[in-house]
Amino acid sequence: MSSVAKAPRRPRVTAEVMAGRQRDISVSEFFAKNRHLLGFDNPRKALLTTVKEAVDNALDACEEAGILPDVTVVIEDLQPDRAAGAKSSRYRVTVVDNGPGIVRKQVENIFGRLLYGSKFHRLKMSRGQQGIGISAAGMYGLITTGKPTIIHTRPDTRKPAHHIELAMNTKTNRAEVTVDVETQDFPPARLRDLHAATRRLAKVIEPEGHAALLDERDYPTGTSVSIELEGRYQRGRGSVDEFLELTAIANPHARISFVAPTKISGDDDSDVSYRGQPRLMPESAETAGGNGTFNPVQTLEHDGVTFFPRAVHELPRETQEIQPHPRGVELGTLLQMVKDHQASEGGSLYSFLQDRFCRVSPTTASKLCEAIGATSRTRLSDVDPARVEKLYRELQEVKLPPPPTDCLAPIGVRQMLAGLLKGVRAEFYAASSREPAVYRGRPFQIEAALAYGGELPGDEQARVIRFANRVPLQYQQSACSSFKAVIDTSWKNYNLQQPRGGLPVGPLVIMIHMASVWVPFTSESKEAIADYDEIRKEMKLALMECGRKLGTYLNKRQKMRRESERRDVFERYIGEISRAIESITGREANLIYDALLTQARKHTAIADAELDEDGKVVRKVTAPDDDGIIIIEQPRDDHPELPPVRQTRGEAAALKVAARAKDLESPVLISDSESAEPGKRTKPTKSPRTKASKPASAKAANRPTLDPDRKPASGRSTRKSRTDNAAPATKPRAKLRWVDGKLVRVDDEPGLF
Amino acid sequence: MAKKSVTGRSQATGPSAIKLKARDQQTLKKITALADDVATRAIKGKDPVVAIPTRSRSNTLWNKKRGILEMGSARQERQLFNLNQAKQFMQTMLHAGTIKELIDADKTSSLRGVFYKAKHTVAGTKENTFDRQEESDPILEDLEVTLGVLREELHIFAENRGTLVGNLTIIDKGDEINCRRMGSGGYGIPSIVEPEVIQFKKCDADFVLHVEKGTVWNRFNEDRFWEKHNCILTHGGGQPPRGVRRLLQRFNQELRLPIICLLDCDPWGHYIYSVIKQGSISLAFESTRLAIPEAKFLGIRAKDFHACDLSDAVKIDLSENDVKRAKEIAAYPWFEHHRGWQKEIAAMLQNGFKMEVEAMITKDISYVTETYVPQRMKAKDWLE
Repeated sequence: MSSVAKAPRRPRVTAEVMAGRQRDISVSEFFAKNRHLLGFDNPRKALLTTVKEAVDNALDACEEAGILPDVTVVIEDLQPDRAAGAKSSRYRVTVVDNGPGIVRKQVENIFGRLLYGSKFHRLKMSRGQQGIGISAAGMYGLITTGKPTIIHTRPDTRKPAHHIELAMNTKTNRAEVTVDVETQDFPPARLRDLHAATRRLAKVIEPEGHAALLDERDYPTGTSVSIELEGRYQRGRGSVDEFLELTAIANPHARISFVAPTKISGDDDSDVSYRGQPRLMPESAETAGGNGTFNPVQTLEHDGVTFFPRAVHELPRETQEIQPHPRGVELGTLLQMVKDHQASEGGSLYSFLQDRFCRVSPTTASKLCEAIGATSRTRLSDVDPARVEKLYRELQEVKLPPPPTDCLAPIGVRQMLAGLLKGVRAEFYAASSREPAVYRGRPFQIEAALAYGGELPGDEQARVIRFANRVPLQYQQSACSSFKAVIDTSWKNYNLQQPRGGLPVGPLVIMIHMASVWVPFTSESKEAIADYDEIRKEMKLALMECGRKLGTYLNKRQKMRRESERRDVFERYIGEISRAIESITGREANLIYDALLTQARKHTAIADAELDEDGKVVRKVTAPDDDGIIIIEQPRDDHPELPPVRQTRGEAAALKVAARAKDLESPVLISDSESAEPGKRTKPTKSPRTKASKPASAKAANRPTLDPDRKPASGRSTRKSRTDNAAPATKPRAKLRWVDGKLVRVDDEPGLF
Repeated sequence: MAKKSVTGRSQATGPSAIKLKARDQQTLKKITALADDVATRAIKGKDPVVAIPTRSRSNTLWNKKRGILEMGSARQERQLFNLNQAKQFMQTMLHAGTIKELIDADKTSSLRGVFYKAKHTVAGTKENTFDRQEESDPILEDLEVTLGVLREELHIFAENRGTLVGNLTIIDKGDEINCRRMGSGGYGIPSIVEPEVIQFKKCDADFVLHVEKGTVWNRFNEDRFWEKHNCILTHGGGQPPRGVRRLLQRFNQELRLPIICLLDCDPWGHYIYSVIKQGSISLAFESTRLAIPEAKFLGIRAKDFHACDLSDAVKIDLSENDVKRAKEIAAYPWFEHHRGWQKEIAAMLQNGFKMEVEAMITKDISYVTETYVPQRMKAKDWLE
């Protein structure tokens, strides 16, 4: 008590004085102080967020302009000789795209102002939403290094590019241009000439005839953004590498190249591969000198540069902008909308309802007008807030069709499979797309995909990769609705282990994508999807669809293993038996052999069918479900002494994707094998069946030959069956070989045989 | 004579020149029929199977009237398209082929020889058609029963085991053998002793004494027991092989000689007696040729420990396994209602130990040949 009494009296501050201190807070200033809200909380994340915002913008721009995205990300380490223990370093992030470019007068607005963009004011599916991203990154760079954002953009192929450098004034939320010149240097040649590796790669010619890195022909128009910032480059979870890897999976139509900094910062000699992260063709570096072939559909790495090739050649469906659905609008918003509309256009309540909302038909509009005691001719200005509130309640009651769904562009089953195929080395891939659904009056669509087996580590928890509007979500996994959906799903039903309340355990990658005009993130940094019941339910259903496919596959695989073992046993002995019979009876061994072989096949086939009838899981599979599965044949290793009959993983993958491609215009994935008879494989093959027949044919070639003379013949047939499998191959696959530091096209492959 | 045999041998080298005996031709016909059936079934799209009479306890019947074990009519199908039988099916066909070759060339082979003949890696794999002889022998037995022929007819013999000495003369493949003049080693009983191979020329013996193993046989031979008591002395090296059993059976059947067995006082000895007398389960199909229902069990008896006043040193404790085995033997249908045997086995179990024939040496080196056997023979103190 006494201490309070003794405390010195605080001087009083008058309202006047306080008023003097009160002033506008610029948005930029606010975010400069609260940068963690935007994902710049630490140097590592800052680097990621910068790359992420730039890449998102690049992809959005390309897609909106109808261009197949070609994006190159370059991170330069500007302090390569910093102290070994340094927690961060200075980097220059440059992202080049082949988008439409930016007209000169918009450059300042786009890169120099927070909350300036095309995406905030409309309900349209896109990666960015608020228009904070890239300018916030620029601002972060400016704060940490004092360096301006450098922009090269060429909106017109016939005109030179603009070279602009600008720094944001946080006080005024305006950009200050420091350099503004015209240049022919686009994409910036400097990037091709960074170091020995990029110089080399810029000379390597890809099968398409362009340079591997930043070819001018790939970037006739486009934009390049360079931001210098204090950051930290470290691989692993939540890294730039992971971001690009995941982006490539969810955007198989994009071609992404990534030049990583040559020196990795801090304590990062622990370059451990982590869960599900495919070591992107780690062997390519070593085998390149040998028989390393350039496989266009697989992510690969050369000289520290990672290439995520284009796996499908069609852009995502163009999305329609929609008006808000009445159910998704809150009272405050409704009042504001009324006010805005009144100010801008005026007109009647009747037309307002139809113009500003989707799914409000003239009939519904009149009904609503009536319900709040107005007529179809009532002016909007005559509607007072009380009636707006009444209108709001009516809107919740009235019968309305769900919002239109043409505003959504799901990735698509085939595209998800193609994306996973190039990024994850698994054995089984399944994907499914749900029908669009609605939460809070906003349409959304859930897609899920699985990759199982192959080179994925088997004894760990499944890896969940999450996407919202094709943007990977890398942080706050456990807060995310999709993560909860994975845990909620009972994976035990699909022959997988799952500890109580946990992720399934096994060689599994689970992909979930939510497409929506407005993805409900839990925070500004867009890291987790809010847990709406409707969303989680859809996610679960999508996962279950995939799970069923996987369960069926696992079941089948088990059975087929058993069956093929059986067949193996029989076939092994048939040769002996027929020869013995020949020696006893004089009847021709070959005839008996063939007869017995036919029977062996029949026997194992019969067993297959019986199992199909019995197995519950098998029965669940209905024909349409067969779509959306890819199975990679695993090399068999039980007869190591036999000539290899296996396709390379890439070949198999290409075939499988080809088998599913229905209407591609210029499918690169497929062109090697498909060009001759396009119709032949367009029907989606029933994969389990295809698979069943495959080991058999391989087996046929492998079967013990009756007399030694036939052995070479069997070798030939082995090869033949392989090319048969590879379908109508007319054009030989383009092979590239690493010779004297160059990739050289080789016409004839000195084969394994 | 010598010249003739030379030409005969040279003929044998050219397979085409061989004139097969009617019996061999029969066998060949059966083998061909078996293989032909498999081939025909295969080409007609039917499951290739071989029906093999079951050689198991369940398919072994005790013919009380004849006092022998007989094989029932149960047959088992051996299928190629059954995972558990596929390999055996293949092995059966391989052996059928081998046997045909043997017959064609008019040669015989040992069980082990046949095993090696058919053993090779399955084409295109690392797997052997046969890994061990233990796999091969039962397949040959399968073929015997399936074709309904004897092993000799398949031109297969087992390793010689068992020795004979005694008051008789035999002819073995044309060679006259005086079994009285066999020195210390005796005449090795061949695996095939069918009348085509061995004929009895002259026999003065009154009975056959069959002892369990060579050591005991040596004792008797050294003491010229067979001379003094005018008998034939045999041993089978433990469980007597088919050749020995068949020969004993022929002595019994053709020469009307009683067969007296001197075996150890343990379940193994009892079992040997049981096999000589009734036949075995695995060879039940041959019982008519092998079993000697009249065979007699002279000793060693459980009572002998006291009767002969043996020392404690001869006792060998019955193991748990022995007790189990003894009870099994006691439950055999041919012992089950035999009061003498029930008492004998019960006495042995009561003793809690077993005794070998050699135990008699503790009394005197020749006690068994000079006292024990003659006394018991005279008293007709044996079990039947």
